[in-house]
Amino acid sequence: MTGIVDLPLWAAVPVAVLLLVGAGFTLTGSIGLLRLGSFYERLHAPTLGTSLGVGCILLASMVFFSVLQTRLVVHEVLVGILVVVTTPVTLMLLARAALHRDRLEGDDKVPRSARPPDPSA
Amino acid sequence: MPHPIVSAALFVMWLLLNESIAPGPMLVGAVLAVLGGWALALLKPGRTRLRRLGVALRLAGVVVADLVRSNIAVTQVILHRRRDRRAGFLRIHLTLRNPQALAVLACILTATPGTAWVEYDTEDGWLLLHVLDLIDEASWVSIVKDRYERPLMEIFQ
Repeated sequence: MTGIVDLPLWAAVPVAVLLLVGAGFTLTGSIGLLRLGSFYERLHAPTLGTSLGVGCILLASMVFFSVLQTRLVVHEVLVGILVVVTTPVTLMLLARAALHRDRLEGDDKVPRSARPPDPSA
Repeated sequence: MPHPIVSAALFVMWLLLNESIAPGPMLVGAVLAVLGGWALALLKPGRTRLRRLGVALRLAGVVVADLVRSNIAVTQVILHRRRDRRAGFLRIHLTLRNPQALAVLACILTATPGTAWVEYDTEDGWLLLHVLDLIDEASWVSIVKDRYERPLMEIFQ
């Protein structure tokens, strides 16, 4: 593996900035997981990490390995696609499980169905 | 092989990931390609013809821009607590029915923080979303319908 010392400064600066920004978004997502009030609000927080957080870190990785020319950038592209395609699965599972629980418990704050309530009923 | 293009793409992807054309990775890649094609055939996705590449590229650009914007918006919501922020559920009636297009819409809405896909009614096409910052319901409906749904209908139909 080529060492980080071989990376020229013009490439090292954007790589470092992208890594910090990506890590910052991911950290904010985790803070949101702690801070936000309801379960449905907390669903939104981790998506910071799975969207721009992972995006910036992957871009940093692309720049790093492209400049050092150690390998192709297919890995990052695939990681990006797979993260985007798989996040909805877990998120929907969690959301629907929560909705099911709240409906069973008769919580008035959640909608009874995706359909709008029938005004005539 | 039921899906030769998918199998070939899987095989090439495996070799690119391994960065070698040694017999070992070739063998594993071939097995993976055949199994992947079978798995897809079992799911019976149906034939979808993708059209309007230009519209697709424009949609991708719109999504990336919205992704950055919504990331910043949600970061602000988390770091500065605003008193007037209201989170809530939102119903949107979709005309889009193609399952693949709906899957893409779900990926878009999930990848942009601030909106979460909660439930979809397959009979009537009602979508239930949870929105973190629901200031203006009408503007969220127009974002989903005009910015995402309309181009997806053009691409998939």
